[in-house]
Amino acid sequence: MKPAMSVEIGSLKLRNPVMTASGTFGYGEEFSQYVDLEKIGAFVTKGLSLKPRAGNPTPRIVETPGGMLNAIGLQNVGIDAFIQKKVPFLRSVNTPAIANFFGYTPDEYAELASRLDAIPEVAALEVNISCPNVKQGGIVFGTDPGCAASVVTACRAATKKTLIVKLSPNVTDIVEMAQACEGAGADALSVINTLTGMAIDLERRRPVLANVTGGLSGPAIKPIALRMVWQVARAVKVPVIGIGGIMSATDALEFILAGATAVQVGTASFVNPAAAQEIAEGMEQWLVERGIADIRSLIGALEG
Amino acid sequence: MQFKAMILDNAEVSPGYWRMRMTAPPEMLEAKPGQFVMVRVNPSIDPLIRRPFGVFDVGTLQPAYTGAVPQPYLEILYRVVGKGTGMLSTLHENDILDILGPLGTGFENGPAGEEKLIVGGGVGLAPLYLLAKELVKDSPVRLFAGGRTRDDVLCITEFERLGVECYTATEDGSLGECGLVTKVLEQRLDATANKGQIFACGPHGMLKAVAAIGAKRSVKTQVSLEGYMACGMGACLGCVCQGAEHSNENPDYRCVCTEGPVFEAAELKWEGN
Repeated sequence: MKPAMSVEIGSLKLRNPVMTASGTFGYGEEFSQYVDLEKIGAFVTKGLSLKPRAGNPTPRIVETPGGMLNAIGLQNVGIDAFIQKKVPFLRSVNTPAIANFFGYTPDEYAELASRLDAIPEVAALEVNISCPNVKQGGIVFGTDPGCAASVVTACRAATKKTLIVKLSPNVTDIVEMAQACEGAGADALSVINTLTGMAIDLERRRPVLANVTGGLSGPAIKPIALRMVWQVARAVKVPVIGIGGIMSATDALEFILAGATAVQVGTASFVNPAAAQEIAEGMEQWLVERGIADIRSLIGALEG
Repeated sequence: MQFKAMILDNAEVSPGYWRMRMTAPPEMLEAKPGQFVMVRVNPSIDPLIRRPFGVFDVGTLQPAYTGAVPQPYLEILYRVVGKGTGMLSTLHENDILDILGPLGTGFENGPAGEEKLIVGGGVGLAPLYLLAKELVKDSPVRLFAGGRTRDDVLCITEFERLGVECYTATEDGSLGECGLVTKVLEQRLDATANKGQIFACGPHGMLKAVAAIGAKRSVKTQVSLEGYMACGMGACLGCVCQGAEHSNENPDYRCVCTEGPVFEAAELKWEGN
């Protein structure tokens, strides 16, 4: 018998718990020849801003053991071009598209939330308060509970759609951040964004990235992400979406046990563009082999 | 397209440079010169990210037995520079690789009959062999191959076999002209009063010099760039280069992986880069 794989994030129903992470899957279309988008739960678009953003100088990425550092700087087409050029594709796919977005002031966040709220093809919103690679905005909101709450309050007032807040791990106490966002009206929390890191070119005595620091992702960060998901999931009532170094179905299931209701696959899609689909299929297979009838029975089912 | 490829041959063609032949699906035969593939060196997490390689050649192996089906193949030419390429060089026949491709925008061939000037530096020759193979069908082709030493000038015999006239230059004078390959290119352009088109791939300094030559002499010049990339399909935005009009106020970043790797040199910003 096929196990039940569907989960709910706020009012959003997913056919399975596997999404793709913002910034690793373009606007969906780029991957459509490699992945059956209708075999994954949802996909999250590259972070959107009101105006187009050019991003940082190069080098922007570098591989590190078991991971990669990126300092793209939130390059994106801006909301107008998104509506014009990217939304038509979203309409053609029978899978929820979640729009990730960021601003520089609470008002900007609210304006974006309200414009995205008006797009029927956008199933839910993910607020980025945690990008480590832009100087102003983003991270400031992501490291102070009061600032985070003000952004989330502003967005909450601007949309009725499911509102997900993506948290930064670059804080002393992620639980405090999670509770502030939940209190301000978040429907769900994505945990975690990348960890700030650095790589050095010894012979040239220079940082490898033009931005000096970048966000670390990939399997190297999985233990930290698992710990943070576990901490947050115990402290809030809203669903948690686990993110961080998920490469396989077993990685994803570990996050579910730690308390995640769903997961996002990020860097793995670069390595294998079909990763999200293969992980979703692998999770179902794991349940079949163990006679587990419903994925939801595993959420937070960590023992001991 | 994502596919598994079985290595048919992996040999060092010059110290530090390797040529690998592997099986490929028939669609790979449609690869355009200048396109590339992303190779996953092994299934582990270190190295994690795929490595991009220009398509050196594609072709079909004719079976020895009647009734057997021909096998399309793909070749890459690579230099061992780090962990990923180092591991690649240790692989043997029958080992399996995971490949994405063909990716990116390749070269435009240009009008038939016109002289085609191909400029390659070191392992930059990798995407130029398939190009030469295409161009010799309808045009006279000349290759200008440069490198630090004779060991860095690769596969000249293969180009000669196509009927390409080859010029070489090395910085230490161990093969061909002593000095930079761009000098030899300029000599040819002087002799023909700047006729023809230029196609170049190699280190950034060489491409910059070739772009300047093309601009000064009004010779159409296409260059194939390298970039640090994670995905190869326009999603990570890691590999961008700057368009000619790029400035901090009006940024113009282009994806090397999808809008390139081949660009018209005049479309890109060279000064300061």
